[in-house]
Amino acid sequence: MLDWKLDFTWEILPRLIAAAGNTMLAAGGGYVVAVILGLVFALAQRTPSRTLTFVVRELVEFVRSTPLLLQIFFIYYVGPQFGLRLSPWTAGLIAIGLHYAAYLSEVYRGGIENVPKGQWEAARAINLSTSQTYRRIIIPQALPPALAGMGNYLVGILKDTPMLSVIGVAELMHTANSIGADNFRYLEPYTLVGLIFLAISLPTAWFIRRFDKALRRKMGLTR
Amino acid sequence: MPYRDFLVTYSDRFIDGTLITLGQFGLAVLVAIFAALISGLMKMAHSKTVRAAATVYIELFRGTSLLVQLYWFYFVLPLFGFTLEKFTAGFLTVGLCYGAYGAELVRGAIQSVPRGQWEAALALNMSPAQRMRRIILPQALVTILPPWGNLMIEILKGTALVSLISVADLMFETRQINNNTYLSAQAFGTALIIYYIFARFMLTPIMRWLERVMARKIGRT
Repeated sequence: MLDWKLDFTWEILPRLIAAAGNTMLAAGGGYVVAVILGLVFALAQRTPSRTLTFVVRELVEFVRSTPLLLQIFFIYYVGPQFGLRLSPWTAGLIAIGLHYAAYLSEVYRGGIENVPKGQWEAARAINLSTSQTYRRIIIPQALPPALAGMGNYLVGILKDTPMLSVIGVAELMHTANSIGADNFRYLEPYTLVGLIFLAISLPTAWFIRRFDKALRRKMGLTR
Repeated sequence: MPYRDFLVTYSDRFIDGTLITLGQFGLAVLVAIFAALISGLMKMAHSKTVRAAATVYIELFRGTSLLVQLYWFYFVLPLFGFTLEKFTAGFLTVGLCYGAYGAELVRGAIQSVPRGQWEAALALNMSPAQRMRRIILPQALVTILPPWGNLMIEILKGTALVSLISVADLMFETRQINNNTYLSAQAFGTALIIYYIFARFMLTPIMRWLERVMARKIGRT
């Protein structure tokens, strides 16, 4: 039956906490890629070029409707076939960044479409260029309502980083797997991984909710 | 090997894997519907204990990764005396994980049914169970279907993780083919396309059709 070994717990906890650092690093790195690439996807869908809009739209749909795990394998293994060798970290960050860029582009799109049409017309009337309009008028207004959605995907990315263990990124899950295999004990490592995830994601989610509420109140958008 | 030959050689394994994936998906959806409905209703109960139980379930599954849950259910739960077969552990975990996300949808949809509907049902002397079954849930169903469609796609994607506890689904077969042939682009590319076809050209149209049927049934077109 169940026997939780406390000394074993203390022995492995430092390793797991160090690995949690890698998990957060992977989540943070993937998020940076996603935030930037997502904006590119969102803006590309608003260009006058119909072909570009169509291609990016389909790409976003494709990425969103296929499993991240499969995308990770694809990016990691297909490169070498064509002579391009990616490290697990690079492949992992690209895969996770691309996957979440597709989701974030939808968040941005919603934010941009929510900016009233009059803002575009006014910007045009005072002779702002398109890039000026985006930079100085549209994005500053589109961003705050989108922040809550963006925050939720940060938590989402964090929870998807364990998938990187399959290509050998030494994050939490990977470390727990190797501890389990070395000691033939899975109870403590896997349970601790779950608890560490809770300890990171619950406060983050709580903070995002508070931040969103405060932001909405500040902007006069109370629901 | 040309792609045609590749497909001919390995189509059996892709098909076997796809069937297992569909089985996992169908069962996981059932578990998710059940879990979401129960915990969504529990979240609105009068009793504080019942609400707390639902909150614990929802936060536990939403706060951790599906992969962690899967390993936990498969490797740790046996230590408590519950040994699950890998196939069962797979769809059960995927279903419970996304059921926790669905619970919030259920609660939101039920709360979005106008106040007057609740009062009218009360005025007609319906019992709470009758009111829920005959008045509230059918209307909530119409609201919940669009976001539930997105959740269904997440469930389909989530089932790919069961390959990591060696359920022989599409993802698993694909990895095996890749390990045998080193034809990564062909193997993973084919699997990507199969998942995409299911999500985009089968699941999404079915959900759209369901939305239309339900909206018509309830007199909102």
